[in-house]
Amino acid sequence: MVELVWLIPTFPLVGFLFLLIAGSRLGEPKAGWIATAASTCSFIVTFVVFLGLLAKSGDDRSFEQVLFDWLPAGSLNVEAGFLVDPLSMTMALFVTGVGTLIHLYSVGYMHGDPKFSKFFLYLNLFLFSMLMLVLGNNLVVTFLGWEGVGTCSYLLISFWHQRDSAATAGKKAFVTNRVGDWGFMIAMFLLWSSIGTLTYTEIAQSSPMATVTGTAVSLLLFVAAAGKSAQLPLYVWLPDAMEGPTPVSAMVHAATMVTSGVYLLVRMNHVLTSDALIVIAVVGAATALFAALAAVAQQDIKKVLAYSTVSQLGFMFLAIGSGAYVAAIFHVITHAFFKALLFLGSGSVIHGMHDEQDMKKMGALRSLMPITAGTFIIGWLAIAGVPPFAGFWSKDEILLAAWEQPNIGPILWAVGLVTALLTAYYMSRQVFLVFFGDKRWDEGVEPHESPWTMTLPLCILAVAAALGGLINLPVVADWLYLEHFLEPIFSHPHQFVSSTTTKIILAIIAVLAGLVGIGVAAAVWLVHRVKADQLEPKILENAMYIDAAYSKVVGGVGHKAFEMISNADKKYVDGAINQIGKTTIRLGAMMRPLQSGYMRNYAIGITIGGLVLLIWIIAGAS
Amino acid sequence: MVDTIVFLVAAAICLTGALGVILARNPVHSALMLVMTLFGIAVQFVSQEAHFLAAVQVIVYAGAIVVLFLFVIMLLGVDTAQNLEIGALPAQKWAALCFGVGSLALTGYIILAVDNPVTGRPGMGGAIDETANVRLLARSLFSNYVYAFELTSLLLVIAVIGAVVLARKPVKQLPEEAGR
Amino acid sequence: MIVTTSWYLVLGALLFIIGGVGLLVRRNPLIMLMCVELMLNGVNLSFVAFSKALGDIGGQTVVFFVLVVAAAEVVVGLGLIVAILRRAPGSTADDLSVLKG
Repeated sequence: MVELVWLIPTFPLVGFLFLLIAGSRLGEPKAGWIATAASTCSFIVTFVVFLGLLAKSGDDRSFEQVLFDWLPAGSLNVEAGFLVDPLSMTMALFVTGVGTLIHLYSVGYMHGDPKFSKFFLYLNLFLFSMLMLVLGNNLVVTFLGWEGVGTCSYLLISFWHQRDSAATAGKKAFVTNRVGDWGFMIAMFLLWSSIGTLTYTEIAQSSPMATVTGTAVSLLLFVAAAGKSAQLPLYVWLPDAMEGPTPVSAMVHAATMVTSGVYLLVRMNHVLTSDALIVIAVVGAATALFAALAAVAQQDIKKVLAYSTVSQLGFMFLAIGSGAYVAAIFHVITHAFFKALLFLGSGSVIHGMHDEQDMKKMGALRSLMPITAGTFIIGWLAIAGVPPFAGFWSKDEILLAAWEQPNIGPILWAVGLVTALLTAYYMSRQVFLVFFGDKRWDEGVEPHESPWTMTLPLCILAVAAALGGLINLPVVADWLYLEHFLEPIFSHPHQFVSSTTTKIILAIIAVLAGLVGIGVAAAVWLVHRVKADQLEPKILENAMYIDAAYSKVVGGVGHKAFEMISNADKKYVDGAINQIGKTTIRLGAMMRPLQSGYMRNYAIGITIGGLVLLIWIIAGAS
Repeated sequence: MVDTIVFLVAAAICLTGALGVILARNPVHSALMLVMTLFGIAVQFVSQEAHFLAAVQVIVYAGAIVVLFLFVIMLLGVDTAQNLEIGALPAQKWAALCFGVGSLALTGYIILAVDNPVTGRPGMGGAIDETANVRLLARSLFSNYVYAFELTSLLLVIAVIGAVVLARKPVKQLPEEAGR
Repeated sequence: MIVTTSWYLVLGALLFIIGGVGLLVRRNPLIMLMCVELMLNGVNLSFVAFSKALGDIGGQTVVFFVLVVAAAEVVVGLGLIVAILRRAPGSTADDLSVLKG
């Protein structure tokens, strides 16, 4: 059954091409249903392939399907091929699964939009690119998907491009992502020149590179991942990306695309060196803390979730840096469930509030939007790390892995713990602001519950967010399904060394931190014991002014430097080319008289040529 | 002996006709002289055992192409004598003379003095045989050269359509404009 | 005197050169086209002579194709001449020098 893997990306591609041709004629809602059908078919096929993979025994779970030679160039032969193994199937399953739900949700959310069919066209293209990214059997195919999701992200962020801020945000995302792409490309070049292959299975079997090269490749891959997965210092595009429609924020900028950096590093775990891992862990922890601080003071319902996403991605990188790849993937999955749920929930709120995004103008929506509120609360408990919801299990595993990091473990753990506390606080703040307290919305706004196409995905995701932890319960060794499933793809399977007592103590501290966060939030926002204003300084709301600093540097000094380069380019590079052109024109003017326009003159030219040929033949023959 | 006489007579006809083509002042005479040359060459084809080509030469060239020439001459009414003086290009006559003498000398030298096999490769079509040349030609055309043969049919269709388009009387006015 | 292949080749060469000279000196486009036909026939004769001398039917096949292409060429050439002379009656090849550089 694994041979069907080529069908997985084919469905969204066909959907995309079909909508490209007929989309605007189909209009609403047919275009949306077709895109959803393509996504659903893709999910079903993925599930079938997954079952086929499960049917094989543990060591045999790797299947490559080569479609054709894509770039045969000397000793470099890049194939267009797919790799089916536990990692790619795990990713593909939740990408298509969550993707399908979000397609369905979008049918309701995008109701009445003039570019309805175009939205679904982009969504299908995104799904196709994302599947190429996770299913490709070598780095180049992954890079194709990588660029594809980047393009779709750009198109979707600036979907409402008549809004100036949306167009700018799209450009910002694209340009920032290019920095990461640069890292990806250089890493590929280095890999190729040092081990001579770009295929994952061959990379896994090749002998290790020299330490310096290996570290360079690892760090460049991390630059790529940091660009795509919004880590410090390249995170700036993700909060702005919330200009896109909310389903896009849920799918592209929370559940799937931004986790591709995590996927890339986990996929390349064979080449990551220990030095690079420390850098990754530190940057991950710093990002997690920094973004959590920024999230504390946001007023926009989606901005909170955006910074929260950055923070959670930091958690995943912290896990990778600590060597706990399974924990990273586990958190990718649970995060996809609860963050997609939260985003879709916020979308439902925005939809019901007629495009109001300021949390200060909401409140008391609990009774008016019961399904949205209920599911949102499940998502909140999951992300806050309250057992037994999904987020608790994955976050706990990451914190444990950080604790066991040999060099700076306790520091990483402490940062993670503070982040967990802050996470619980800002999410509680959001829930209390939106769903509890007094009504604060403007006159004339009538909040209402969303249609079934939007609430159904919410309910499914709520179940997943509540029960997602079941795939990797650390209670009994046999229950670690995900861990055992993913084991074959790692060079050094990660082992937790702490005693059971330590584990339990750490888990209790983490839960307590989460409860403290919730408690503080309740004290401030629910019963108003503390004045809220002091808790939200401007510096946090503006995310330490990093964004502004970027604008200052690039817009000031950078702008001048670029202008100088541009002038030099005009003077010397363009000048040289213009000189070539002028010389050609002058030479041409000299040759003009040869073209007399008389046909018989030209015939003389032919005969002279013929005579010369004859003489040449005679000279050669004698 | 008969061969020699046939060759000489036919060669005389060819050369007379050829000189006639380029020296006649009246295009009609040139066309008729061309027919003469073509007949001479057809005779040479027969004596070289290329019977089919000889027939085609007479039918296509003499029968169709020259008639086409005559039609055009009559159609355009250019059947009047023209002077042979060189007009705009005074050097042309000397250049032409140099070309004629030069290439005559060189080709003559190649034919008569240089005695080398041309390529040394055996041909593709098969050895010729006095009695079965037409059959051999047919087999060659419809086996080895069948794609080229089919392409020539396409070429002829294109030529015919092209000629019709080119020679059509230019439309003076569009019908709608004429109506206004 | 026995007729050898060389005789035919010389005759072909003569026809070719007469045609070539005619092409260079005459200004009437119709006659220039006829000169091209003469040149083609000179070459055809050489082909047939070689075909006989080398015992290979290929030479005759080539001549067949030359005949077909010549027919097409004459048709298009005459079409062009008709179109040109209808626009500018009585013009010669030298009058058509619009494409001067």
